[in-house]
Amino acid sequence: MSELDDLLKAFGEAGGNRGALADAGTAHLAASGHSLLSSHGVEGIAVDARETRKGISARLTVHEGVKLEKPVHLCFGVLHKKGTQEIKMDVKLEKNSSATFLAHCIFPNAEKVRHIMDAVVDIGEGAEMRYSETHYHGLYGGIEVVPKLIVKVGKNGRYVTDFTLTTGRVGKLAIDYVVEAGEGAVVELTARVFGHGNDEIIIQEKVVLAGENARGLVKARVAVEDEATAEIRGITEGNAAGARGHVDCMEIVKDHAVAKAIPMVQVNNPLAKVTHEAAIGSVDKRQMETLMAHGLSPEEAVDVIVKGVLR
Amino acid sequence: MPLLEVKNIVFGAGSERKTPILSGLSLSLEQGEVHALLGTNGTGKSTLAYLVMGCEGYAPSSGEIRFDSVVINGLPVHERARLGITMAWQEPVRFEGISVRDYLTIGKKNVDPVSSLQMVGLSPELCLDRMVDKCLSGGERKRIELASVLALGPRLAILDEPDSGIDMLSIHDVINVINAFRKNGTAVLLITHREEIAGIADRASQLCYGKIICSGTPEKVAEHYKMKHCQTCDRVECHYV
Repeated sequence: MSELDDLLKAFGEAGGNRGALADAGTAHLAASGHSLLSSHGVEGIAVDARETRKGISARLTVHEGVKLEKPVHLCFGVLHKKGTQEIKMDVKLEKNSSATFLAHCIFPNAEKVRHIMDAVVDIGEGAEMRYSETHYHGLYGGIEVVPKLIVKVGKNGRYVTDFTLTTGRVGKLAIDYVVEAGEGAVVELTARVFGHGNDEIIIQEKVVLAGENARGLVKARVAVEDEATAEIRGITEGNAAGARGHVDCMEIVKDHAVAKAIPMVQVNNPLAKVTHEAAIGSVDKRQMETLMAHGLSPEEAVDVIVKGVLR
Repeated sequence: MPLLEVKNIVFGAGSERKTPILSGLSLSLEQGEVHALLGTNGTGKSTLAYLVMGCEGYAPSSGEIRFDSVVINGLPVHERARLGITMAWQEPVRFEGISVRDYLTIGKKNVDPVSSLQMVGLSPELCLDRMVDKCLSGGERKRIELASVLALGPRLAILDEPDSGIDMLSIHDVINVINAFRKNGTAVLLITHREEIAGIADRASQLCYGKIICSGTPEKVAEHYKMKHCQTCDRVECHYV
């Protein structure tokens, strides 16, 4: 079985759509470790990828005015127990284009694996990018995930992203996103993570509302149990008139886990407004009792609430 | 034997529970009976509801709560629910990531969420896939709470102000739900401030200063309530004062 077959098998087992990677009408990029296994572009998007010493480097460009109907699939992973994967991505959405990216990051056997993502995204005027990244990890926790992202959203552009790591052990996660929103741009960042064992989670997401009437939402939903730790830093700056931002952080803590939230809001223009809310603690007592009044045991009620928050 | 028997319940709040909320309250409900509970704000109606449901921090310092002849004082909420007691909360909580469809089937899988929603006057097409979160209006959330209790098919439903937050034109939906409980043989402990809701009950009781001061037909109790005169405490401790 080829490495691509192995990756596709793991991709399928993790719930991914294997058919999408075989579809000639769907752009994709697949890499295992530092091997580029497959890449495919379609009309309207240029996919240029190459292998580097420790991973891959890719440039994806969606051309002006193109609205891709099918999502672009990105499939990355390390199937071995040990290894490093460094991915450099340069994504550009030209003026008035739109595209959805579905990224699947698969590390089912990781015992000593590093996955580093270093991405730069440029969203042109009136363009819209949706980026959804889902991780599938094994049960060992021997993985370090370091996604770093710098995004610039042009006038009236839109950037919506969600990061999900709720399957398997997190290991060590250190998200570092910085997004700058231009005039009338809209930015939504969502992260959902469930930490177990001695997992360590750090999520830093910063939105700079640089243009007039820019909008930003930073949302984090994290649950930690056992001895896991989580620190969420949601940062929003309102630098222009009419800018509106909100930071919304919720963390559920069980057992001996520890969670911190550091929402930071800064307003440099009197006509901008940024708000924040953070809730950390055990599962809400009223929610528990409501579900228990439906006959659920306390353990079942916690499970339903946590799954809902991370959904 | 009554389905629910509350005997001489004493419950206090504050430090060492010294502030009396319920002072030797007794009440009973027969199977299938709709019993309305009236009283001014702060008389202990919701407290009684929490005590019967077994909510955390709501254990009586003395007295007994019997359900189907079994003393349930020490049982946690879910065990009372499994006996057939459930509650529609006055201010129902919101849940992220739980759809209305899922919420209506939590605790009982073989229910039809469509008919439960229709019963409370909500459109299944518009509601089933929405989340039970902040996006629902207060009135919608209240109706969904009622629908969920209906879907559970309990033996005793405690409805804590089911009409509050419901628009005036839709009060008949609440009445329909209460009648549906009655038709199913479910006993209802109905806390309300509306005379037209209390009016459909089989019996009613008025609470004052943690005690039942008047019981009887809904008309009689409502009349007593409106007289603003408490014969029990003779206006010494009474909330009317």
